[in-house]
Amino acid sequence: MGEDAESPKINHTFLRDYVTEADVISTVEFNQTGDLLATGDKGGRVVIFQRETESKGESEEAGEVGDSGEYNVYSTFQSHEPDFDYLKSLEIEEKINKIRWLPQQNAAHFLLSTNDKTVKLWKVSERDKRPEGYNLKDEEGRIKDVSTITSLRVQNSLPCGFTVPVLKPTDLMVEVRPRRVFANGHTYHINSISVNSDGETYLSADDLRINMWHLDITDRSFSILCDPDLFSAEFPPHHCHVFVYSSSKGTLRLCDMRASALCDKHTKLFTPFTNKSFHHQCKVSNRETQFFLSGSVVSECPAHPQVHEYLRSKLCSLYENDCIFDKFECVWNSSDSVIMTGAYNSFFRMFDRETGRGVTLEAWRENSKPRAVLRTRRVYTGGKRRRGDVGVDSLDFTKKILHMAWHPAENIIAIAATNNLYIFQDRVNPDAQTQ
Amino acid sequence: MEVDRRAMECAVDAQSLISISLMKIHNSRTQRGGIKLHKNLLVSYVLRNARQVYIKEKYAEIYRMQQYEEVMAVCNEIQELDPLDLGAEDGDEEEQGRAACCGEESRPAGSREPEQPYYRSCCMEAPPGSPCDQFAPNGGGGGGSHCNKTTVLDLDTHVVTTVENGFLHQDCCCAAPQCAPGAAARKRKVDSGGCAPDAEEPSDFTAARKRLKREDCSNPDCNPDYTDTSNISNLISIFGSGFSGLLSRQADLEQVCSKQALASLGAWTRAIVAF
Repeated sequence: MGEDAESPKINHTFLRDYVTEADVISTVEFNQTGDLLATGDKGGRVVIFQRETESKGESEEAGEVGDSGEYNVYSTFQSHEPDFDYLKSLEIEEKINKIRWLPQQNAAHFLLSTNDKTVKLWKVSERDKRPEGYNLKDEEGRIKDVSTITSLRVQNSLPCGFTVPVLKPTDLMVEVRPRRVFANGHTYHINSISVNSDGETYLSADDLRINMWHLDITDRSFSILCDPDLFSAEFPPHHCHVFVYSSSKGTLRLCDMRASALCDKHTKLFTPFTNKSFHHQCKVSNRETQFFLSGSVVSECPAHPQVHEYLRSKLCSLYENDCIFDKFECVWNSSDSVIMTGAYNSFFRMFDRETGRGVTLEAWRENSKPRAVLRTRRVYTGGKRRRGDVGVDSLDFTKKILHMAWHPAENIIAIAATNNLYIFQDRVNPDAQTQ
Repeated sequence: MEVDRRAMECAVDAQSLISISLMKIHNSRTQRGGIKLHKNLLVSYVLRNARQVYIKEKYAEIYRMQQYEEVMAVCNEIQELDPLDLGAEDGDEEEQGRAACCGEESRPAGSREPEQPYYRSCCMEAPPGSPCDQFAPNGGGGGGSHCNKTTVLDLDTHVVTTVENGFLHQDCCCAAPQCAPGAAARKRKVDSGGCAPDAEEPSDFTAARKRLKREDCSNPDCNPDYTDTSNISNLISIFGSGFSGLLSRQADLEQVCSKQALASLGAWTRAIVAF
């Protein structure tokens, strides 16, 4: 993000390590074009980054085309505040669980953000002109009496006339306004939202129920599914009548909303291989549902068993420190050929879907300067130990990468590591299609 | 073996898993944001499984310990006595004890029923060529040194037990009919049929159990209530009580040992054995 990795004189390490709970990033999402990147944190704030276009950016190296790939802060706003449920005497956390961008239809951008209980629709609009030339007040500062006005002029020339204000360019201002608040739809914690391709409806899923909302109607929602085994739900990118939800056992169910109003019976069931031991089941269940961009359903993330395999021996201690309940997001690139997911110790891993080859990388401030090439890391589990390998016992389980996003068209990834956002770009293969 | 080691680790930590799970459930009630349904369902799942593992391991340990305590006691008895001396005070028990130790060789006439060796042979599955062979009429000493054994010191009771690869009681008892054909060929070490004298009962539980086993060894025709199936009914009643059964096992056993309880259970427990 353009920060200096070195601080020559003063050691700020201890300051960097101190993390305010509210600053921990809890969700990351690109919009459909990839120009905007939204992050939500535990304090209920949303920060939107915008990609710098080449015309604005600094000089590029020879041979590079397109945007510079740098993302700068575009807007920040407080999306959710801490709340209290008086009926149940429960605090409602302001942590942003999910952000979803709506397809852009005009100059403004719309996004949905949700905490545990409430979904909000926000309108993000730019203003780079403002009207100037009002003369509603006279020289002494008093509002002019309307009855004294005899003319309307464009320029401020006569004392007894109103002038029509003129729009003049000004500094860019980004305004974010709440447009809808969808409340009281869920008893349990909302874990996912998904916008339908029809652009009019969206679904929100909690641990037990999927509700379908219309974007214009806030006081009503349809409960289209009740399943005690619900984990997350998603609409496919091109079909507005089906959706998929995943269960804690790792199965995926496809439901067709045309069949019935209440989608209790699934149309298709996808059952991946699951290990039966109860500890492993906790791990398998921590997986989101995602669709390939082509519209086909992902039935299993084949790399998943390999991602955390080295943690098998530490299952009991992971259970003790609650790390076994960590939900690692899994994202795809636009050509569906590479899967990426996070791990501990600020590591994240990428897997090629066809070959199954994987690479482990690290998102850590000390090791990455701007424009430096990431070097691969390895968790040492046995055999010949190479220099730079990290042993399983020296993994830092507090540094976990749970949230990430992949640019919809290019090989740019956004990684959320606790309170830091890392944006990496593949300079060798900037476009996903050429990979 | 990696799998075995892992299984052992989890079994050993069952108790800690239970306490950790309970603590998590308790803490979730006060954590900010309310109870997370999914996480707590997983925690309760872990708790349930850990409890099952704990109960299984506990019972296996208890029964194994009991088996070998009696083994040791009878061995000591045998060592003290002249093996050819048949004039013991509690004649029935001594005969049974010696017969148990020495296999079929010194079986006094008349007081054995055919099923007894079958039952014993099942309950004490030792590898062929085991120290059972050492139990000649001279009476072996601390035999068993050649088997696959693990010596365990119980820090609570200060009892040293030697754990062999053996079966649990219920497996033995149910398999008793199937073991019958091969039983005659095997020479047995001291069996768990428990023909130990009353003198060395450390606890009521042990006493009740030994009484039960002694009764098992007797002729089923003479006393239909005290068959070897009473052990099955014993275990069934304990396991059927769920977790609370673990705490009240002594009470259960005493109940089961009573004639009335056995009489009522006799019919269906016999059916289970027959099957």
